[in-house]
Amino acid sequence: MVIVYVVVTVLLGAGVFFTLVGSIGLLRFPDFYTRLHATGKCDTLGGGLIILGALIYHFFQYPETPLVPAKLAFLIFFIFIANPTATHALMKAAYKTGLKPWRLGEERR
Amino acid sequence: MAFGGGEEMKLKEKKFGIFLTFCIMAVFWTLLSGVFDAFHLISGLICCAIVSVISHDFLVKGKSEKKLLKSLRLLIYIPWELWKIVLANIDVAYRVLHPQMPIDPLIIEFETTLRKDFSLATLANSITLTPGTITILVEPERGKFWVHAIAKEPADALLVDQTMQRKVAHVFMETAVEAAVETENQEAL
Repeated sequence: MVIVYVVVTVLLGAGVFFTLVGSIGLLRFPDFYTRLHATGKCDTLGGGLIILGALIYHFFQYPETPLVPAKLAFLIFFIFIANPTATHALMKAAYKTGLKPWRLGEERR
Repeated sequence: MAFGGGEEMKLKEKKFGIFLTFCIMAVFWTLLSGVFDAFHLISGLICCAIVSVISHDFLVKGKSEKKLLKSLRLLIYIPWELWKIVLANIDVAYRVLHPQMPIDPLIIEFETTLRKDFSLATLANSITLTPGTITILVEPERGKFWVHAIAKEPADALLVDQTMQRKVAHVFMETAVEAAVETENQEAL
């Protein structure tokens, strides 16, 4: 069980780290497009890792309900499809409305 | 091919589509309900049958040639993509936490040999998830992509290296010969 705890802690920690980095990037990056780079990628892997940690914990801690890990696995799958699609939709909307991307040397917006 | 034969093929495909949709939905139902008594199972199966007859063409569409090989190749492609996602996150974390923020955003465009909806969507999502690039627009007729890159190196990975385009084209078997010749000519010029 100790190994499981270590693995789960590492997964949750990594997930929290990437989500935190995504949030910091959202604040630090200069414009809309680059901010989407931070949130679109980090939230996908961060959320996925956190759910994976919960999945492994539940699988070993409560083996009598094996359906919950299965549902969590589906959650990871759908997050990995839906998150890049949503990011792409936001990007497309910004591009179609004519928002100019930030170039190196410009002032941050 | 004779007209009647074509119709028969179509009907066969349709039946296969309904059957496949029904199987997937039945598995989902039993998995997500978690209740295994007769009432829930039977009502679930009836619902699956109705839904799969009405909306089977959303899930299984078009010709079913070499579906098995394509899904197998997709299964091999997914771990590579997952590894790329991890690299992408480390890359973004580095760029975010670096004091000078080494970013130099630019928009690039390139054409691919892909034409089908599913392969285009796969490549678009793969581009969004891999290091430093997000898809902005896709034009299905020419397989053209507009991509926002956060710096020069990720843009070069898509424009010069083209590993991802080749991998996706290999998975969905849409490596058009004419397109390859065209790009070679462009490179010669």
